[in-house]
Amino acid sequence: MKLRMEIQKRFGAFHLDANFEIEGDRIGIFGPSGSGKSTLVGILAGLHSPDEGVIDIDGTTIFDSREDIHVAVPERRIGMVFQHHHLFPHLSVKRNLLYGYRRCPAENRRIKPENLISALEIGHLLDRRVAHLSGGERQRIAIGRALLSNPRLLIMDEPLSGLDDNLKLKIIHSLKSACDTFRIPYLFISHSQIETRIMTDRVLTVEKGRVTGQMTGEELARSRMKDHIAGYVNLLKLRHVRTIHGMSVYRWGDRQLYISPGDDHPETIFELSSAEIILCKRHPDAISARNLLYCRVTDIFETGGRLGIELTCGKERLIVEIVRKAAEDLGIRKGIKIYAVIKATAFRRLR
Amino acid sequence: MIPMSGFGPSDYSAMALSVKVALTATLLSLPFGFAVAYLMTFNKFRGKIVLDGIVNLPLTLPPVVIGYLLLLLLGRNGWIGRTLLQPLGIEVIFTWKAAVIATAVVGFPLMVRSIRIGMETIDRGLIQASRTLGAGRLDTVTTVILPLSLRGIIAGSVLMFARGLGEFGATIIVAGNIPGVTQTIPLAIYEYASSPGGDVMAMALCGISITLSGIVLIFHEWIGRRMDRAG
Repeated sequence: MKLRMEIQKRFGAFHLDANFEIEGDRIGIFGPSGSGKSTLVGILAGLHSPDEGVIDIDGTTIFDSREDIHVAVPERRIGMVFQHHHLFPHLSVKRNLLYGYRRCPAENRRIKPENLISALEIGHLLDRRVAHLSGGERQRIAIGRALLSNPRLLIMDEPLSGLDDNLKLKIIHSLKSACDTFRIPYLFISHSQIETRIMTDRVLTVEKGRVTGQMTGEELARSRMKDHIAGYVNLLKLRHVRTIHGMSVYRWGDRQLYISPGDDHPETIFELSSAEIILCKRHPDAISARNLLYCRVTDIFETGGRLGIELTCGKERLIVEIVRKAAEDLGIRKGIKIYAVIKATAFRRLR
Repeated sequence: MIPMSGFGPSDYSAMALSVKVALTATLLSLPFGFAVAYLMTFNKFRGKIVLDGIVNLPLTLPPVVIGYLLLLLLGRNGWIGRTLLQPLGIEVIFTWKAAVIATAVVGFPLMVRSIRIGMETIDRGLIQASRTLGAGRLDTVTTVILPLSLRGIIAGSVLMFARGLGEFGATIIVAGNIPGVTQTIPLAIYEYASSPGGDVMAMALCGISITLSGIVLIFHEWIGRRMDRAG
């Protein structure tokens, strides 16, 4: 999907000035609350009118103030999953799901209700009323309803806020796999760096009503290091191997990691702060930390007066943050090998 | 006890006419009430305050004033009477149709207000969701706004019907007080109360009026509970 927006919109004192062109099927829009993300996607969906400008999707102009083109909301075929689900309270789950599907012309109906219902595991909810659903169920129905309208682009406006952490990853998994299975390009809006990195390949950053940049998830994480309390957040996708001495053992590439508390879920994503990792030039003989990884330094970069060190362990990568003096004392430079020391308790489970 | 057997044909006709006038006025006003409430709730336009003022004016004006203005407007020399009604051969003044118009004008703001209250509680996000799911404007009105403002529509209709049953001031001026033709319960009570020895009949008709109002309120309560149960 290729999207071009060059628009201006004033709301009282707030001024949205977006000017970008982006290509990809998993695009993130990242920025703090109140930066204009929702307004931007509202304009794209046609829910708000820009004061002036142009919007193109895949070469089709859906808005052009000079040419007086203003494609109506239903004809844009841009689906939306809202922050507060916005399910119709007077309709059953089934009728909510089919609301968009029934209004979609037959030739555009690529996603079949039965396939989507089984993909999202919502078959048992069909006859319920919206009021009787939990927060996670509501959001899954909202995702299903938007997908069944067979949009050419799906906008997800902070769909995970308001859900607890355990649910978030479950929903992320449903979202991602449903969009991938049915090949629906999406824009994922979030103020969470972690969610954005998991969900998207390319990210637009928005600040104070302006689109300030375009980057990969990795670049986003590095650019946010100095502002984030945990520095760089390493996201580790781990496979559970066994449980021993009260610790869970996970496979991470060709290495093993000891984590406490862990779980026995076959696949889990863990967060590991770059500030929680200690670097050691020689092998420490006796140490309480349970994880000792021998890695190669593959990159060194500046981050707010400190240094970010990229370590490569087999095929996997870790970012460590240390002060400049520590780097000097250890003689850290690209290409050397070094030990990374990580406590078993330093990991935070996302699911 | 109310002497049921004491009612004459004109009394029964007053009862039937009251219900007929209030019901007709309510049903006729409903689509307009819905449209005005929709316009006022979901649209921004020039002159919105003026429209709001015009719609609500009958709430603050004495009904007699409304009746008199209607008489001027619909009468033979009135603007609507002369240009529209006379050429079409429609006689309105001093017929039950005039009572319906008077009742509709007086009750209209009550209906619009109730529907607006119902519409204002609708989450705007639901309307946006329906549009992004492919619904056109009219489709959104019929499948989202109408069902979600149903409570307000019912409350507004009940309120207007109840107000219509009691309409007096505007009706007596524009429709007169002709037994069997334009005489509704309030007008009949007025006539009995102002004639010697009519107290008993006036009381009896008051009883009928109270009963009718009670039935309306019970119906409103019942339908509200049914909607609660349906979720």
